[in-house]
Amino acid sequence: MSGGGIMAGRTLAMGQDEAVGGGRQTVEAPFGQALARLGHSRHDIVGLTADLGKYTDILPFRDAFPDRFFNVGMAEQNLVAVAGGLARTGKVPFATTYGVFATRRAYDFVAIALAHSNLNVKIVAGLPGLTTGYGGTHQAIEDLALMRMIPGLTVIDPCDATEIDAATEAIAEHRGPVYMRLLRGSVPVVFEPGYTFEIGKARRLREGSDVGIIATGFMTERALDAAEALQRQAISVGVLHVPTIKPFDTAAVTEFAGSVSHIVTAENHVMVGGLASLVVESLFEAGIARKVTRIGLPDRYIECGAVPTLQAKYGLNTEALVATITGLVPA
Amino acid sequence: MLRNSPPGSADVATLERKATQLRRHMLTMARGQGQGYIGQGLGIADVLAALYFHELRYDPHNLAWPDRDRFLLSTGHYSIALWAALAEAGIIPVEELVTYGADDSRLEMSTLDTTPGVEVIGGSLGHGLGQGIGQALGLRLDCSDARVFVELSDGEMQEGSTWEAAMSASHFELDGLVALIDCNGIQADGPVVLKMEPVADKWRAFGWETVEINGNDMKAIVEALADARRRNGKPRAIVLRTLPGKGVPHIETSEKSHFFRIDVAQWDGIIAEFDKSMGAHQ
Repeated sequence: MSGGGIMAGRTLAMGQDEAVGGGRQTVEAPFGQALARLGHSRHDIVGLTADLGKYTDILPFRDAFPDRFFNVGMAEQNLVAVAGGLARTGKVPFATTYGVFATRRAYDFVAIALAHSNLNVKIVAGLPGLTTGYGGTHQAIEDLALMRMIPGLTVIDPCDATEIDAATEAIAEHRGPVYMRLLRGSVPVVFEPGYTFEIGKARRLREGSDVGIIATGFMTERALDAAEALQRQAISVGVLHVPTIKPFDTAAVTEFAGSVSHIVTAENHVMVGGLASLVVESLFEAGIARKVTRIGLPDRYIECGAVPTLQAKYGLNTEALVATITGLVPA
Repeated sequence: MLRNSPPGSADVATLERKATQLRRHMLTMARGQGQGYIGQGLGIADVLAALYFHELRYDPHNLAWPDRDRFLLSTGHYSIALWAALAEAGIIPVEELVTYGADDSRLEMSTLDTTPGVEVIGGSLGHGLGQGIGQALGLRLDCSDARVFVELSDGEMQEGSTWEAAMSASHFELDGLVALIDCNGIQADGPVVLKMEPVADKWRAFGWETVEINGNDMKAIVEALADARRRNGKPRAIVLRTLPGKGVPHIETSEKSHFFRIDVAQWDGIIAEFDKSMGAHQ
């Protein structure tokens, strides 16, 4: 699978996507590699997919542990139910599909068959937000909102290959159901080796005093690049990375908000119900008055198209962040 | 003490008496709140008696025993029958049965897995079989010979997830998995609202070794369960034709049999009649 070299204006073939912007070193299938590595010491880990093994990077695990891998076919409700049953026998199932199917199609199963019983199942979901040109059927634009409503479900939106690796290890250790968004294929490396991931913890990646960007998922990479560009315009921008949507690190968000005069939220997701909503809820409850500008997807389904084109059109790239923030700060 | 190991330790007459006892418990429970899903419960009393006192291998004092056979009640609203069986099996106190459906009772009108002996949250129909498949796969990975029995209903076959699960069970060759399909002919809106037949042929077409029996005939149930012990690479489906309200004529003939609510005096009359008729038979 190639993550780069996609021509703007061309609809992508099924296996292709471009998770994040160019120019950085990449790692192939960081999730599958991490899971296969863990599988050697963690004999309780099993892998499942619903006919999307190839497209969710889980094949390295299947190839290493074919007896512990189950492909249930195109049947996402059954995927989740079977994973739940395996968890009840002490296994730690990692079940992969696309985010749209794990949420819209299998929601009742995630809620009742997994979360209600706090079963130890990890759902790893491909094609978050605008990482595919396949249109509304395949773009999980509202998955964070849907999943954070489910009691007891941990929800993670990692930024890069380093974080996917670390988060895979962390959720394998964590006891309880997890929904993790997946960046697949050639995934850029944003964080240095040694980066630590802790469920429920946000990380302040950059200090700044004018504007504070609170970002999740791949938008954190763009936020860092935008902050760098804005520094050249003498705008001081801080970046708080919030990879765990639930449980939400309210303390880190409120503390960060206190250090800047304007907040910008950035998420690869609709602007309602996800990161922006969580930030506003947190600030409001803490009595912190800050102007919040939301960057995310609009309240509509997105058309088919090349990923870079769509990301540019809907404001999910570095240039759009820079333009938005420049407009916020008086010249 | 291990129950039913090896399976088949009780005779048909003993199991029929157990089924009668389960029905008597269910009447006590339904009287408590004046209501309940008793039609369905009475209908599967014979199957549960055969399972808990003849076929299932389990330890009532060690419910987490990894090598226990699992019984998954997918139709959570049949809980009245499960509570009766669990009480009679010594897993929950018989005295607790009167709390069925009351506020703060563990004996909910639809099962939650927080109650001892409940293997799965039932009630969101179409969930049980897939979870049974996962358990069967997990047991196989652990080289356990424990088996998984999943009860589901004819109405539940209208859920697409039932067939997703059915297809995968035969693919995975789960011959330690037994589906007990309660065909009682009713669902929430009354008599089954879709044409369901031929039920057994549907399961056969999905790769299941299938038998169809009278689900209120103890001898037939015992024989079908005995046959299901034979492992031949295929999951087992036992299609059970049951009568809602079985054993209580007033409920058998009621048109309200999906959910049954009458006043206490009527319950007392039904219970007196039941006790009298049982006394006459014993």
